[in-house]
Amino acid sequence: MATKQSRSAARIMLAPAVILLLGWMLVPLVMTLWFSFRQYLPLRGGDQGFVGFDNYIRFISSSSFWPSVQTTLIIVGGVLAITVVLGVVLALLLDQPMWGQGIVRILVIAPFFVMPTVSALVWKNMFMDPVNGLFAHVWKFFGATPVEWLSQASMQSIIMIVSWQWLPFATLILLTAVQSLDSEQLEAAEMDGAPFRSRFWYLILPHLARAITIVVLIQTIFLLSIFAEIFVTTGGAFGTRTLSYLIFQRVLESQNIGLGSAGGVYAIILANIVAIFLMRIVGKNLDA
Amino acid sequence: MGRITLDKVAKRFGDVEVIPPLDLTIEDGEFVVFVGPSGCGKSTLLRLIAGLEDVSAGQIRINGNDATMTPPAKRGLAMVFQSYALYPHMSVRKNIAFPLKMAGVDQATQDAKIEAAAKALNLTAYLDRRPGQLSGGQRQRVAIGRAIVREPDAFLFDEPLSNLDAALRVNMRLEISELHNTLKTTMIYVTHDQVEAMTMADKIVVLQAGNIEQVGSPLELYHKPRNAFVAGFIGSPKMNLVPGSTANDSSHTFGIRPEHLDISDSEGLWHGVVGVSEHLGSDTFLRVTVPGMEEHLTVRANGDIPLRHGDKVYLTPQADKVHRFDSKGLRIE
Repeated sequence: MATKQSRSAARIMLAPAVILLLGWMLVPLVMTLWFSFRQYLPLRGGDQGFVGFDNYIRFISSSSFWPSVQTTLIIVGGVLAITVVLGVVLALLLDQPMWGQGIVRILVIAPFFVMPTVSALVWKNMFMDPVNGLFAHVWKFFGATPVEWLSQASMQSIIMIVSWQWLPFATLILLTAVQSLDSEQLEAAEMDGAPFRSRFWYLILPHLARAITIVVLIQTIFLLSIFAEIFVTTGGAFGTRTLSYLIFQRVLESQNIGLGSAGGVYAIILANIVAIFLMRIVGKNLDA
Repeated sequence: MGRITLDKVAKRFGDVEVIPPLDLTIEDGEFVVFVGPSGCGKSTLLRLIAGLEDVSAGQIRINGNDATMTPPAKRGLAMVFQSYALYPHMSVRKNIAFPLKMAGVDQATQDAKIEAAAKALNLTAYLDRRPGQLSGGQRQRVAIGRAIVREPDAFLFDEPLSNLDAALRVNMRLEISELHNTLKTTMIYVTHDQVEAMTMADKIVVLQAGNIEQVGSPLELYHKPRNAFVAGFIGSPKMNLVPGSTANDSSHTFGIRPEHLDISDSEGLWHGVVGVSEHLGSDTFLRVTVPGMEEHLTVRANGDIPLRHGDKVYLTPQADKVHRFDSKGLRIE
């Protein structure tokens, strides 16, 4: 795109796509903002006009608000920690030459293809059920009382389910990064007398920094809005109500679209705060 | 001390024998060059000595001690890799310090050694830069610096100059030779470039398909190649190897170096036509086509010889510089 002519031609040809994407993003955003300032109760009188910041004040002063923010952050943080640590370990293991490598790699990736609702139901009924679940049988085998996972350890259970879903993604990205590490560097370090611990700490981990950053950023985007796993397991009970679940309850269970929209705007703000923190912490890894 | 002995060392990858059992002794303080065409096993041999590959059979002794099963770090050898293998996330200083840090050397000694190495290699101004900010030659020097500070029994170089441009290569060649003269440490150097081998080595090991074809000083190899392969590999431009019959000789293969052919415009053993000629200023390399000979003869002539493309010349090999080989390629004295 060197000349003036080709630049303006490029602009014209890009315009439809840009306008479409802009509209795609702006229309729902503007509608959310619009409804957040209105009293809108579909089953109790419909749209009843502007109420100023009432919805915002009600949403934030509700006793469920701060716990839901906390829950969201704990789930995001927990899943990130588990997937990154186990992802690095799995990536290093899968990089080793072994028999049946192709099949093992496909198996490792498999959970990513299971729909969130399905995987949560499988976990809930086949593993975590206190009577018939696999875990209950294991506990009973050892003579222990089965744990009622989803009520007694609800947060841990959800973090476990979501980590299981996202581990393949982290492993896959980290595996490609591990594979791109120059083997001569590792050999040089070996000759320099570095044991595996030091090679990992001084060579492998810095090399993986950029891939880890990408895993953290992409997963955060998706984890802030997890919903299905909570919906089909605890239904938001036992302290597992995240911000997105709270908004769902306000809109559909309380039939209050205005209040839910205000919550949606808070969710945008929360996502941005998290994004700023993340970019501060890990963003510098992305500079070449 | 750095005396390395290979005793019937062999290497197999599955069913493929890359290196058939071979014996070799590298004396303390020697500069030994492994040279051969690509795929001849010279790098594998170096990696066996370094311990980066396990030997399939035989024994490696370093200073008389069996080191066959010793891990690389404990062999007292330092290696400079073709890709330099610098640690990209660390500054030059930290790169050079790494082996010292791994050995648990205290900070003051580390600093002193790094300063000394940086000074010797002209790196003082770059100590706080990252490898990515350095030129190829500087990176090469950092890699050498990292090897020097360990004060190893022997240095191993794996084609260290192949990523540098021609001018820099000549410079680094001199620097490495200079380094060897200062440190007097054993050096093993792998290259496919026979010029590097000839200019740097005390002892050249010519390898082909894992076999040692000949071991000797550069001039021994030049004057008395043991077989036709070494004869063709050592020396630039290549030795002319022609069937003995074309030279009215009883040998199977008749070899004469380009610099040992006399040119005349009236009489000689061979009569041919000048093809492409390369004028280097100091010398002129002529490609001469002789009727009845499959390959061209290369002749090294004086820089200002007035011959041109298409001219007819007579060539005569200098009788005392002729190399003769039998049907197995071995030298006939």
